[in-house]
Amino acid sequence: MNWFLKPATERSTQCFVGVLIVALAVVCVLNLALPAANPLHVSTYTVALLGKYLCYALLAVAVDLVWGYLGILSLGHGAFFALGGYAMGMYLMRQIGDRGVYGDPVLPDFMVFLNWDHLPWYWQGFDMAGFAFLMVLLAPGLLALVFGFLAFRSRVTGVYLSIITQALTFALMLAFFRNEMGFGGNNGLTDFKELLGFPISADGTRLGLFLASGVALGLGYWLCRAIVASKLGRVCVASRDAEARVRFIGYRVERVQLFVFVVSAMLAGVAGALYVPQVGIINPSQFSPLFSIEIVVWVALGGRATLYGAVIGAILVNYAKTVFTGVMPDAWLFALGGLFVVCTVLLPRGLAGLMQWRRNASRHDERTTEATA
Amino acid sequence: MTLLRTITATLMLGCLIALGAGNALALDAASPQQAPDELRALAADSYAAKARAIKDLVASQAPRTRVWLQALLDGKLQRLEDDGRFVIVTDNRGRDWTVIDAVDDAPLGEVSRRRIDRITINNALRNQLRSAMAILDLDADDPAERLASADRLIGEVDADLAEPLAARLDAESDGDVRAKLAQALALYRLQSGDAAQIDAAIDTLSGSLNPTVRAALAQVARGDGEAAEAARQALAGIEQALRLNHAAETLYFGLSLGSVLVLAAIGLAITFGVMGVINMAHGELIMLGAYTTWMLQQLLPGQPGLALILAIPAGFLVSALVGVIIERSVIRFLKGRPLETLLATFGVSLILQQLVRTVISPLNRTVVTPEWMSGSLVVNEALSLTLNRLYVLGFALVVFAALMLVMRRTRLGLEVRAVTQNRTMARAMGIHATRVDILTFALGSGVAGLAGVALSQLTNVGPNLGQNYIIDSFMVVVFGGVGNLWGTLVAGMSLGVINQVIEPWAGAVLAKVIVLVFIILFIQKRPRGLFPQKGRAAEG
Amino acid sequence: MSILQSLADRERVFDFLIPDASPVDVRHGPILYLEDVSVSFDGFKAIDDLNLTIDDGELRCIIGPNGAGKTTMMDIITGKTRPDRGQVWFGSRHNLLTMNEPEIATLGIGRKFQKPTVFEALGVFENLELAMSADKRVLPTLTARLSGAARDRIDEVLSLIGLDAQRRRPAGILSHGQKQWLEIGMLLMQRPRLLLVDEPVAGMTEQEMERTGELLTSLAGKQSVVVVEHDMGFVRSIARKVTVLHQGSVLAEGSMDQVSSDPRVVEVYLGEEA
Repeated sequence: MNWFLKPATERSTQCFVGVLIVALAVVCVLNLALPAANPLHVSTYTVALLGKYLCYALLAVAVDLVWGYLGILSLGHGAFFALGGYAMGMYLMRQIGDRGVYGDPVLPDFMVFLNWDHLPWYWQGFDMAGFAFLMVLLAPGLLALVFGFLAFRSRVTGVYLSIITQALTFALMLAFFRNEMGFGGNNGLTDFKELLGFPISADGTRLGLFLASGVALGLGYWLCRAIVASKLGRVCVASRDAEARVRFIGYRVERVQLFVFVVSAMLAGVAGALYVPQVGIINPSQFSPLFSIEIVVWVALGGRATLYGAVIGAILVNYAKTVFTGVMPDAWLFALGGLFVVCTVLLPRGLAGLMQWRRNASRHDERTTEATA
Repeated sequence: MTLLRTITATLMLGCLIALGAGNALALDAASPQQAPDELRALAADSYAAKARAIKDLVASQAPRTRVWLQALLDGKLQRLEDDGRFVIVTDNRGRDWTVIDAVDDAPLGEVSRRRIDRITINNALRNQLRSAMAILDLDADDPAERLASADRLIGEVDADLAEPLAARLDAESDGDVRAKLAQALALYRLQSGDAAQIDAAIDTLSGSLNPTVRAALAQVARGDGEAAEAARQALAGIEQALRLNHAAETLYFGLSLGSVLVLAAIGLAITFGVMGVINMAHGELIMLGAYTTWMLQQLLPGQPGLALILAIPAGFLVSALVGVIIERSVIRFLKGRPLETLLATFGVSLILQQLVRTVISPLNRTVVTPEWMSGSLVVNEALSLTLNRLYVLGFALVVFAALMLVMRRTRLGLEVRAVTQNRTMARAMGIHATRVDILTFALGSGVAGLAGVALSQLTNVGPNLGQNYIIDSFMVVVFGGVGNLWGTLVAGMSLGVINQVIEPWAGAVLAKVIVLVFIILFIQKRPRGLFPQKGRAAEG
Repeated sequence: MSILQSLADRERVFDFLIPDASPVDVRHGPILYLEDVSVSFDGFKAIDDLNLTIDDGELRCIIGPNGAGKTTMMDIITGKTRPDRGQVWFGSRHNLLTMNEPEIATLGIGRKFQKPTVFEALGVFENLELAMSADKRVLPTLTARLSGAARDRIDEVLSLIGLDAQRRRPAGILSHGQKQWLEIGMLLMQRPRLLLVDEPVAGMTEQEMERTGELLTSLAGKQSVVVVEHDMGFVRSIARKVTVLHQGSVLAEGSMDQVSSDPRVVEVYLGEEA
């Protein structure tokens, strides 16, 4: 059987895809078919919010792939997410054309403001959707390739790798804050007008982006499942637990790590690219180490090495964040900090582990009753 | 003009009547003394006359000359409208000013400012006053004071001043003051036009780091002839010396930044390097040390120095205590799971930050620098070292030495090393491993508190203080080689210097980015840092 | 057929034991050749001018007190540690010092660790599947499918190491002895020309030890086996030739009887036991 089709036979994947499709369909129906006055109506605002959660969920799946299965705790996945977002943002900036405040047909507003007279070379081509979308994959992929090649070749793993991934995203944040970098500095890229010809804030576009995020999450999840279920996935788990042993039976662990790391970075890039048009802005704070480490806690809460746990964790934590920051913003950091501690000390395998444990416990009960009977 | 004055005077008179005679009574307390002629001359109408008056005053060698000149320069030498008495204003806040008699310092109470006539001066007079006072100050007993006034004279010497200065130069006993005076004179002679004098002047001026001297030499160097050539040579020498001084300054700033990095990282080198515990809340322990300093200064108002000194043990204890709480409540459950420890302590760091924001304030707090730590140590005209940085540098070295002593020479250090190398074996030999864990963690955390106390003297104290240092600290520890205190010292210092060397041409932010990228690349090349541990111990 | 019977049948040649066509050149005799190898950690000389030659098909036991450099020697051969100087050759063609661990493993050197390391989260069957000689590059591994022949091979080893009943169990829940056997099984799946076995019988019962001894001796001849062991009884039962390491270099070499009568050996090592 083709390795990519294997997840189709797994019950967990069938369940996941099923639930995802139903959820997307329900949101669509509740948004389109019901009048705004109906209490069950899902507003376009909510659709965009849910779309954002789906992007975060895809990002969490990407992190779980490397952390859960490969044992590499990346504290810099926000950087890949942000790079994908910037690639998309650059495309959206070019789409503004002469509708900006300064009305320059080519240069984005912030460049006019900085008195730049021409587009930097790395902005070339971003007016073409195809090229921009390719860069959504290539920019994070390339960074992951170079960084991963250097790191894994010299066997930088464990906490060292975590720390330098954090340093990486921190360095990128500082760099992107500089106006001279040509990515809008502090303010980042914003004031987008349209995407592929559709007005960006129109209800239909919002719903379309939400659906696209859902589809991307489904495909990303599927891809990760396929990798995990393959022999390569087993090599990943093996090198997570006993890296040296895997080398001694002839696998090039660093290449396995690099491959999976790059795939994961690209998924994060896609998540970022879908995120940007839905929230309408991308700025350097997306590179902040705090954001990257937050992703990890989504995965930790959901349960690492399950993939679906990452999705649950991402949606739960971000929903809680939305609620908290609305009701009592000061308490959010307390809650988030507490979540970090609770997840690691009390729930080392997350919610998914909790569910599995209960299932196993009941199975164990059955077995003991059988034995006594 | 006269009309205006009349109007003003009339208005004032009105005011005076309105205010009643209460204030005037105070003035009658002492009988008006006849002001000396020199003083009265200062109140002349034209600036030219004032300039002459100043000259005469200096020549008269009247005992209070210095005081009057200073008061005149500060705009505080004024004259009462009523009786023409000269006064010095000591407090000019509010409507009524406090004045004393200019001749005998007799306190005259408060006088409405409307009844005081200012003796105005212009910039030319200000310069004249400064050089006049400089000459006067050359007679001070303290050589440091004489040196300062000689310094003020550089570039201010004119034809009138040159002669008395030359005489003064011969009388001067202190070498440094002589050199300065000679420079001041030479600078004047540089413009004299006499070839021999110019030659001698250039000779005197070569090697001076004074910017005025440099500008003057540069002007001469632009011309032709022997003098210009000599000036060019002198300039080249000066440039060379400046470059050296600049390098020394960069080194100083680098070492200063390095000492901050070492302080921030050295506690981490213990908890991470020795115990293998990743404590992401380390930055917040630093922050707590800084806040302890601030708190003590609030408790001891007016005694910032004492508070700062008390903050050293207090900061250590506070952070050590919080460290122990973190160890007991979180870290001990995560033994052998470094990545989970990292996440959990990160959570703790968020909680601590938010706690400070909620309990104290989200805004930055200013910690006062005590007097003995402010100011700078002047090495020469191009190089002065700020004292607070010098103190922090020294403090970092002392903390480092103390830690080395603890780890190498005490029972605790021995037990820590034993537990690190083989926990089971150490326990079998009767070492209380849990107690060692607690003490080690307390030590590392306490040192973070010390770092906070030191940092409070260099930066703003705010809830984000720790966050700004945590990544740098980890970089320093990893760069230096985990588990190696010397490595941390060398790494911190060299990263500080590297940063300062890059900064001038890359800018502060880019310099930081470059240093980070450099470390990331370095770790790829040497994953175990500058000073790696080898052999079996390193495998664990 | 029980395992013991199958092992007792010395004439039987397991097909998985037949080495793949290997480029290793052993026409000149030795399969492994260490010359003047030295390595030091922080000034401590773990290996000091070590010279060692293993012939093709030989079973060699290496003994020595703690810290004699046995494990370090294995690290050097398998590419984990680079010596400060000296030469290490596999056959007469391959300079092992220029290769990394996976290359050396692919070349045909298998290693069993002192502490049994199996992939605890994976099943027993999967452990063997991963170890099986195959194209181990990334993309082929991603798309790999388990052929019937490969499945048979895994089954064969499973019954050989007596873990047939545990094939679906996670390796993490196996007993210590079972883990040792699983690791030996993984070694066999690799079809190595040279097996480096570090303390294979630690934590095993007498019976398990006996089985292990039989398996190792049955391998010799077709493959070369180097056993590092502390257990003197076990060494005596399987050894033909013994090398004694002491302070990083060879102290004595010969049959067990020769070695154990060497006064220097008695002094540094056997003396304690005698």
